[in-house]
Amino acid sequence: MPFDTAYEAITEEADAGHRWAFGTGFADPLDGVDTTVPHGVEGADLSAYCLMLGDDALIMSHRLQQWLARAPELEEETALANIALDLLGQARLLLSRAGAADGSGRGEDDYAFGRAEREVRNVRLAEVADADFGGLIARLLVFSTWRLALLARLRDSRDPVLAAVGARGVSEVAYHRDYAAQWTVRLAGGTDYSRARIEAGLAAIAPLTPELFAVTDVERRLVAAGVAADPAALREEFDAVIGTVLAEEDLAWPDAPALAGVAGQAGRHGIHTEAMGYLLAELQSIARSHPGATW
Amino acid sequence: MVSRRGAAPPGLRSEERATREGGASRAPRRRSGSTVSRLALAREIAESVPDPELPMLTLADLGILRDVSANGDRVVVSVTPTYSGCPALAEMRRDLTLRLEAAGLAAEVRTVLSPVWSSDWITAAGRRKLAAAGIAPPLPAPRRGGPVPLALTPVPRDVACPLCGAPGAEQTAAFGATACKALYRCTACGEPFEYVKEI
Repeated sequence: MPFDTAYEAITEEADAGHRWAFGTGFADPLDGVDTTVPHGVEGADLSAYCLMLGDDALIMSHRLQQWLARAPELEEETALANIALDLLGQARLLLSRAGAADGSGRGEDDYAFGRAEREVRNVRLAEVADADFGGLIARLLVFSTWRLALLARLRDSRDPVLAAVGARGVSEVAYHRDYAAQWTVRLAGGTDYSRARIEAGLAAIAPLTPELFAVTDVERRLVAAGVAADPAALREEFDAVIGTVLAEEDLAWPDAPALAGVAGQAGRHGIHTEAMGYLLAELQSIARSHPGATW
Repeated sequence: MVSRRGAAPPGLRSEERATREGGASRAPRRRSGSTVSRLALAREIAESVPDPELPMLTLADLGILRDVSANGDRVVVSVTPTYSGCPALAEMRRDLTLRLEAAGLAAEVRTVLSPVWSSDWITAAGRRKLAAAGIAPPLPAPRRGGPVPLALTPVPRDVACPLCGAPGAEQTAAFGATACKALYRCTACGEPFEYVKEI
């Protein structure tokens, strides 16, 4: 039956316990989408790649959600919630695509709530905690500048789902990048204190930046197949955009060595920072305590 | 100036209106159950599903209804998501399925990801309804493809006040209460209002 209000709908007996709030409990976001793997592409590779990009969005979204009720102004809280929601939507499509591509049939929730730290493939930039609002803005600037360059190239992917994620994501992440860039300029041009905060934020994330442009074997094969965006090829656009933003208030990009991984491995191989365990505990503990539970 | 452009999305024949099956003698009983009348009924139901977050708009007004077709005994309704994470679409899909089932139609709702939705697809009727509800409808969306320009200051938009009609409202926040909106304030009458972002 149709309902007059969303509240009426979620309290309906006929709901059979599948939803607990507005917009929840719905089916696969790829319901009815053709998820055939493109010719000449290994399903396992495509799945691994979708997890990388999906995990970037999922983990960054979770960190942004931690700012809710802590942001300095209501407008910034709304902005951060909107950005988190856009990224969560991108994560849902990508994680669902991963389960369809490798033939495992695993759903978005299986991936989000059922994987151990070593199986989560986000870049480490997405997982680190923000010391303050300046730190968040610096991290969001770098993350969204990099992701926008990546999504723009995905628009030409031979995989129709990745191409659609790219096409939709470009307009969303362009908005995120503008938000972070405008706050970077404002903080740098504000007081001595606000300038020191954005400078400290940039210094904190500079060591995590080289990892964004490293190429894994999975990406190398998928770039050759016309499915993935080449991370190494994003560097030029990234440097140009960051350079433009920093030059506006005469900020300098910190000269810092890359954060080491383990035997050359980092986030894309499931090697994370200490912060990741705490983040996953918060994200997964309810789902792990009550496997298969519905509300 | 508020744009009235609103190009129709591909695949949607909004002018195709059919009578409700079994209603007011316009749909003869003997056609009951035929593919044509089932599709017409399904289309009419689909077009009328409201957006829970912008309840003055329907699926048809938003331009997200892409196709209504038959697959054997089932009716297949195809819709395109707006924003990646918009929870309203999930509610609309669900509402759509329930309404079709209530009308005795075995229905399937499919997601069409490409081409991606544009606010240009909001119909002229949808734009009028938004403005009447005090929400400024979107300006024309930027051209797609190619490099994305960086904006170091808020993008100037010539948004007209939906209440007094004065041009040149000022943006108070780039993000609003839903993914699709930004906040503005009229410089003439002082009224704060929401603007549906062009995308």
